[in-house]
Amino acid sequence: MLDADFFARWMGAVAAAVAREADRLTELDSAIGDADHGVNMRRGFAAVTAALEKEPPRSPGAVLALAGRQLISTVGGASGPLYGTLLRRAGKALGDAAEVSPEQLAEALGAGVAAVAQLGGAKAGDKTMLDALEPAVATLRLGGDGAFPAAARAAEEGAEATVPMLARKGRASYLGERSVGHRDPGATSSALLFAALAEVAG
Amino acid sequence: MRMLINVPETVVADALRGIAAAHPELTVDVEHRIVVRRDAPVAGKVALVSGGGSGHEPLHAGFVGPGMLSAACPGEVFTSPVPDQMVRAAAAVDSGEGVLFVVKNYTGDVLNFEMAAELAEDEGVRIAKVLVDDDVAVSDSLYTAGRRGTGATLFVEKIAGAAAEEGAPLERVEAIARRVNASSRSFGVALGACTTPAKGSPTFDLPAGELELGIGIHGEPGRERRPMMTSGEIADVAVDAVLADLDPRGPVLVLVNGMGATPLLELYGFNAEVQRVLGERGVPVARTLVGNYVTSLDMAGASVTLCEADEELLRLWDAPVATPALRWGR
Repeated sequence: MLDADFFARWMGAVAAAVAREADRLTELDSAIGDADHGVNMRRGFAAVTAALEKEPPRSPGAVLALAGRQLISTVGGASGPLYGTLLRRAGKALGDAAEVSPEQLAEALGAGVAAVAQLGGAKAGDKTMLDALEPAVATLRLGGDGAFPAAARAAEEGAEATVPMLARKGRASYLGERSVGHRDPGATSSALLFAALAEVAG
Repeated sequence: MRMLINVPETVVADALRGIAAAHPELTVDVEHRIVVRRDAPVAGKVALVSGGGSGHEPLHAGFVGPGMLSAACPGEVFTSPVPDQMVRAAAAVDSGEGVLFVVKNYTGDVLNFEMAAELAEDEGVRIAKVLVDDDVAVSDSLYTAGRRGTGATLFVEKIAGAAAEEGAPLERVEAIARRVNASSRSFGVALGACTTPAKGSPTFDLPAGELELGIGIHGEPGRERRPMMTSGEIADVAVDAVLADLDPRGPVLVLVNGMGATPLLELYGFNAEVQRVLGERGVPVARTLVGNYVTSLDMAGASVTLCEADEELLRLWDAPVATPALRWGR
């Protein structure tokens, strides 16, 4: 079972990964976007960490809800509302249980990903964060031992699979054919989210 | 990196402190990042709030004042502001007559303004929204997030702002803003990439002797790269791209807009070519504005925006305006 402390450590691990990879995310974003994804995500997750430390929430759902609200209030761009919605909706789905199972987490993240797809009007194959999130959640739903690292691998492979895709949503879509051949920065940061989950569960 | 800054992290806050010092007629909340006209809320008047990423100055803070915006919410460089800023701005300027959000069509701006509209309405503020999407360079918009909002933002903010100043109700201000957007089209050209403070190097590599056609205002590359052309040739391409999508029956408003690093000498020369092409195509010009208004940091280049104007839009365009970047008639 996973408690609030586990979720707080997960968010901390995401913050560390985003800080470590900020330059790479920005570099990916400068190829097809506007060169700010890394710096925005780093600012957002730094705020998440600070908020969680200030007043540690007592349930997994509350940790994710607080993290989501912080991202909406600090990130800006498309990433703020999209990542904020992902975590807030997942947190809401978990309710106020003190502990949740990996199966419940998988279901909650599924609800979060569905909310992201609805908000952004995107689907898998559009070269967005969904290309990492959807396979990761699908893998997590299969459950069993090693579900967390398997989900992280699925997210990473999903992010890599965006390289040949034509962007249809977000700022990269304005480049048309010229978006092909570049890895999507949003899918890359989504893969970091699941890598951090596997790391903390490990 | 050759930029007149302290550190990338404080670029926006530093600029806001500078705006506050230069413009005592504005209230600048550096902490919450909103710029408000000092006499807001103005009784009986609809308020206009806009915002977007920083790096496009004077858009939007430079357009706050009587006759135009009531408040602006600057985000991080090229990053839309967060809903908290817009909600706070709406509360600061609402006189009870409602607030029009002027939103440029970028996923981030759209999502954050949508969230803000919901939150502000929860607090009892009536909100209307207009989406600016004038950029003809984005073709097959069915498959993209739609056309970008660029130069027409200035026309929308000026003309809808004038309508609000006259006391028009929210529904009417919104309708005029939508009409201005529907009547406007833009096309942009880059002669050099821009440098974001966070990255510290040009966002794309544009070799000397080449130019990018169909750029947006975020340092993103355009749709097509071509060998360098003369000002006259660029004017032909830009105006024809706009006219391929806008068939004005009346005279037009013309905005020849610099992207930030092109001097006025070149912009005026380019405007002469734009006027020549419009003359050759039989399009009468009612008013022309030349300058750096919707910029992209230090990008070299220019955009052309045309707005088909009827008598009402012309009258509202000519109405007095008193903002840091646009000022006439009083």
